Amino acid sequence: MPEQFIWGMEVFANGLMAGVLYALVALGFVLIYKASGIFNFSQGVMALFAALTLVGIMEGQVPFSHLINATFGTEIHHFGWHVPALAAILLTMAVMVLLAWLVNHFIFRHLVNQEPIILFMATIGLAYFLEGFGDIMWGSDIKKLDVGLPQGINSTIDEVTYNLFGYGFFIDNLDLWATFIAILLVIGLVVFAQYSKHGRAMRAVADDHQAALSVGVSLNFIWVMVWSLAGFVAIVAGIMWGTKSGVQFSLSLIALKALPVLMLGGFTSIPGAIVGGLIIGVGEKLFEFTFGGMMGGATENWFAYVLALIFLVFRPQGLFGEKIIERV
Amino acid sequence: MLDASEGFTTEDGRKIGGVVMEMKHITLRFGGVVAIQDISFDIRQGEVRAIIGPNGAGKSSMLNVISGFYNPQQGEVWYKGALRPPMKPYQVARQGIARTFQNIALFEGMSVLDNVMTGRIRQMNAGLLAQAIWKGKAEREEVENREVVEKVIDFLEIQHIRKTPVGRLPYGLKKRVELARALAAEPSILLLDEPMAGMNVEEKEDMSRFILDVNDEFGTTIALIEHDMGVVMDLSDRVVVMDYGKKIGDGTPDEVRNNQAVIDAYLGVAHD
Repeated sequence: MPEQFIWGMEVFANGLMAGVLYALVALGFVLIYKASGIFNFSQGVMALFAALTLVGIMEGQVPFSHLINATFGTEIHHFGWHVPALAAILLTMAVMVLLAWLVNHFIFRHLVNQEPIILFMATIGLAYFLEGFGDIMWGSDIKKLDVGLPQGINSTIDEVTYNLFGYGFFIDNLDLWATFIAILLVIGLVVFAQYSKHGRAMRAVADDHQAALSVGVSLNFIWVMVWSLAGFVAIVAGIMWGTKSGVQFSLSLIALKALPVLMLGGFTSIPGAIVGGLIIGVGEKLFEFTFGGMMGGATENWFAYVLALIFLVFRPQGLFGEKIIERV
Repeated sequence: MLDASEGFTTEDGRKIGGVVMEMKHITLRFGGVVAIQDISFDIRQGEVRAIIGPNGAGKSSMLNVISGFYNPQQGEVWYKGALRPPMKPYQVARQGIARTFQNIALFEGMSVLDNVMTGRIRQMNAGLLAQAIWKGKAEREEVENREVVEKVIDFLEIQHIRKTPVGRLPYGLKKRVELARALAAEPSILLLDEPMAGMNVEEKEDMSRFILDVNDEFGTTIALIEHDMGVVMDLSDRVVVMDYGKKIGDGTPDEVRNNQAVIDAYLGVAHD
């Protein structure tokens, strides 16, 4: 087998893994969009905020310590304890549920039946607020996140591929775990949406407010629930990205990568978010691998957006999105 | 009026019980427009109660008051012997008042089965966490609810479209699915907002039959709004007639038919 092809396979595998991470962020978008018609620009920042909170809780950081120290002239930074990862994740989840409630109670409850663009603007505001709030609360330095997920080269895959091709693939353990967790998450979400009472109520609210009310569904409850779910997905995405590249504010920019993923997969499809993520992940890695050299490299920065642009022209509803048909 | 003791038997042998819902001096305004003006009437257990009137009479507003979509400025709603405080529509639904809509409000993207299953939401009690891990109580509940739903689907003869997304169905069937969803809730009162609107004769006959069968078989109390006088007179036990937000008649179909005010409202009257 030619060397180029074998390397290409490795690139492909790594692209799949990267795609999973994109898909994780896109998933949060899809959830909220499906249930409330809100395009949540703040999903990326929510992932950042979740990761910041998680690190803060684990490290026993005092929230708002900079603010407190600057105001009272004190020098406190840490409580001096460490919280185990699992407990910290649960606490972070509680924080995200609280955030969901606040967001619904103070913002979106008052914007029911508004134009989508107004809702979108509100989420942009939320994104900036949350970014600043996260900064004040936990500080802006880059933090290391380690919840105990294994990292580094997977030696089994390295060995197996070495025996097969005479060349060992470099696949990161963390990426494997991310894939595994993402699969679990998606199965869980699909089962929840399809077969549970609240999942059904969620789809009902997404479809028709009046009808949902008439069968006894509380819109506010469902909205808080959906934002909480998006918060949960944000935690998972935050953990993965945070472990990979440290918890830093550029994390919120991954939300931008989720946009082409959504355009490919369709804004309303959970499987679409996954497949879209994988296509973007594999596409940009393979493109860089094959054409990167000719074009001077760094094609990963723009490839996804160009692909999305092509999709917008030829298939605006995405691969899995609902076709927009106006009955005349 | 609120003693549940009284009741009577209709000519065709159905038992009509005591008062289950009573509206007292309801007034509903939208800004300066008075949609409903000081209207009182009651609904008895097991009867088919119709609200009729010309366009803009305030019939749908009245139904929306009963189902909690509108809260009246004045007046009281008594339900099962208790004064009902102002409520959100979903709270009213959970109390056992199910409804359909004039211009059909279904979950278009969901299958017929899923649509009807949403009608059972009020009967499902398993908590969020129990459902998340999907076992025990949640599973038993799902099975029980499925049985009720399948019964309703059989009853309304929509088995053949159970898996079809509702958005693809023709109008008449959509109306029937909406009825199925409301019925799946096993409501104490079933509110039907123009169940026959926009249907052809055959569909109207089907729908009439279903309404009568539902009332007969399950003893469901039904309050309905309808334009078609003929249909109303055949279906209902008692009729409220509204015109320009006021009540102009109330009684059995025969009484109403011979009421001069009603005749005037429907046929018009020469003003001199």
